[in-house]
Amino acid sequence: MGAPGAFDEIWGHGGPERPRAEFAALSQWLAETDAAELQRRQQSAEAAFRQLGITFAVYGDTEAAERIIPFDIVPRVFLAGEWQRLSEGLVQRVEAINAFLEDIYGERRILKEGIIPPELIYLNEQFRAEVDGVRPPHGVWAHICGIDLVRTGPDAFYVLEDNARTPSGVSYMLENREAMIRLCPELFRDFRVAPVDSYPDMLLKTMQSVAPGNNPRPVCVVLTPGHFNSAYYEHSFLADSMGVELVEAADLVVDDDVVWMQTIAGRVKVDVIYRRIDDDFLDPLVFRPDSMLGVPGIMAAYRAGNVAILNAPGNGIADDKAIYSYVPEIVRFYSGGEAKLPNVETYRCREPQALKYVLDRLPELVVKLVDGSGGYGMLVGPTATKAQIEEFRAALVAEPHRYIAQPTLALSTVPTLVEQGLAPRHVDFRPFVLTGSDGVRVAPGGLTRVALREGSLVVNSSQGGGTKDSFVLLDDGA
Amino acid sequence: MRIAIEHRTTYRFSEPQARIVQMLRLTPCDTQDQTVVSWLVGVDCDARLRDASDGYGNAVTMLYAEGPIEALDITVTGEVLTSESSGVVRGSAESLPPLYYLRATPRTKASDALFAFASDSIGAGRDPLEQLHALNAALHQRFPCVPDLPDAGCTAAKAFEGSRKVSSRDVAQMFIAAARGLAVPARYVSGYRAEEAARSAPHAWAEAQVEGLGWVGFDPSTGLSPDESYVRVAIGLDASGAAATGGMRIGQGQEQLAVDLHVDQLGVEE
Repeated sequence: MGAPGAFDEIWGHGGPERPRAEFAALSQWLAETDAAELQRRQQSAEAAFRQLGITFAVYGDTEAAERIIPFDIVPRVFLAGEWQRLSEGLVQRVEAINAFLEDIYGERRILKEGIIPPELIYLNEQFRAEVDGVRPPHGVWAHICGIDLVRTGPDAFYVLEDNARTPSGVSYMLENREAMIRLCPELFRDFRVAPVDSYPDMLLKTMQSVAPGNNPRPVCVVLTPGHFNSAYYEHSFLADSMGVELVEAADLVVDDDVVWMQTIAGRVKVDVIYRRIDDDFLDPLVFRPDSMLGVPGIMAAYRAGNVAILNAPGNGIADDKAIYSYVPEIVRFYSGGEAKLPNVETYRCREPQALKYVLDRLPELVVKLVDGSGGYGMLVGPTATKAQIEEFRAALVAEPHRYIAQPTLALSTVPTLVEQGLAPRHVDFRPFVLTGSDGVRVAPGGLTRVALREGSLVVNSSQGGGTKDSFVLLDDGA
Repeated sequence: MRIAIEHRTTYRFSEPQARIVQMLRLTPCDTQDQTVVSWLVGVDCDARLRDASDGYGNAVTMLYAEGPIEALDITVTGEVLTSESSGVVRGSAESLPPLYYLRATPRTKASDALFAFASDSIGAGRDPLEQLHALNAALHQRFPCVPDLPDAGCTAAKAFEGSRKVSSRDVAQMFIAAARGLAVPARYVSGYRAEEAARSAPHAWAEAQVEGLGWVGFDPSTGLSPDESYVRVAIGLDASGAAATGGMRIGQGQEQLAVDLHVDQLGVEE
């Protein structure tokens, strides 16, 4: 359902012959570089990724395990001004997410003032009573956020999903860039592209900044569920590039409310843990008792304030689908201003007026299950059959509170190398936002996913999606 | 009533353990009708104990012991002063609102059979407090003899089928599942009850939220509300969430758990 007339980020609405003025030089590079040559470079990049063993999966994308994701050689480019405005929106949103988490596990002012229906919090499995009343070291909850965005125009970005638990994909930002520098060095000569290779350093500084106490040299580790996890490459890559230990649960013990790492040289006290395992598997004494991945007692050490856990346990309540539609209100409540970065317009079917609207326009809308994931329980109105629409109509009438609906957007495209040459393909974007004790920073890049099939809006790697490098220009004077 | 409690939990391991980490919910908190006069949690080996809380308002003790450990003996001795409150819980530390206790857990999901039983037993048109008393009495009638037994991890729905031995824990979970099914917030309580006989597990009952009264205790193992012979220790969404002891051990072999519990009435305070 490639929306005709979608905004192309390089060609604008005019096609290859009349690109956006700011992208004339890039467009020229595309036109002048032989397609076969681009093809050759792309294959070289993919061969390198295969050799490195880079695999990854985003939420609900389990089929991507142990597969490399196609790489597209044409970069996606943000102008300096565009990026500046987008960053302001991201910072505001992540600040609000942190304030919300602090509040929801503390005073709960937002519930007392009636901004969010309390049942959406208290009956939500992502609200963890086990961390109620806990204040994480330095008051930071969402240290590493991956905010999923789509775009419909030069400054028209919409948030699809906030990921405040264990967002993955940042290794793609770094590896894609490395490949581009190697394969297309001329681009980095002709354009001033913000470097992303300082990300591991930013991450380490973020970790160190939230260490409990005043230890000038806190011990930081990355906790992975193990090599069978689909994002294991990323875990080991990040630990390696930060110069910290990659540990599994069995390497950690808790004694006297302190976390220790067992090493050949003896026990070492651990101050900061970047964990890439879900809350459920963090501590079998507190969450799932059948978990073999967890560290018994780690939550007691956390409650006692002796260790920082990134991201904080309990964060799921902030990026839950049921809460998503309230984020604009959450931003307004904590920042005092309107959200600079809007949500995709969302109809909460739990509200009778919204339900009526949705039932009247099912063929135009996307309907999603509030508690569903990975495309299950989803109706894409414009491509659905009559029978599917009627099936959803019945489900909506029966249990309206379980559904939200959104309009179908004309997602932006970026020129992409396909068999026939260059063609526009739809993209989304996941920038990474880090929050330490000293503030919020946006990494100048991110993960661009591209739907390689013509007209497709599905960027998931299990369904024919690929990735691109994402350039952020330091100035627009090209 | 003055109640003396001696609660001993003994683990024996067929092979020495390298490490044990346990989370203990063995310490009662003061309420308006329950005053802890003295309380001591002791361990027989070189273990470190740390006081903590668990988000539900329970007092928690973390136990850390390093091996080789062949046996672990946790002894609780204490005295609590209680007064009669007709089952109404007054002055308890509440960190979570009643709404939270409408959540079903895997152990407290009502089956159709349990829900039908609950609907039948409450009748129609009576006020919520009467309905809950009726449910409590009906469960007692259905399961008249329910001892305090060690936790076998059974769910409310499974226990309701009645094919295995039903404990006070099971009927408490049935009450909770049924109450939540009727949209009444309910929770599990683990504690002690002054009685003649020694027992092998803490007692279990339920609390439900009643408008105008707040949390009210219901003990389906007696069909009545708790009286001054009860000592509340820990609350949770279900038996697992309020478990007195639980943890992980690193080491081979089997574990054997024995609990010896004496709860004695020392005298009635005027």
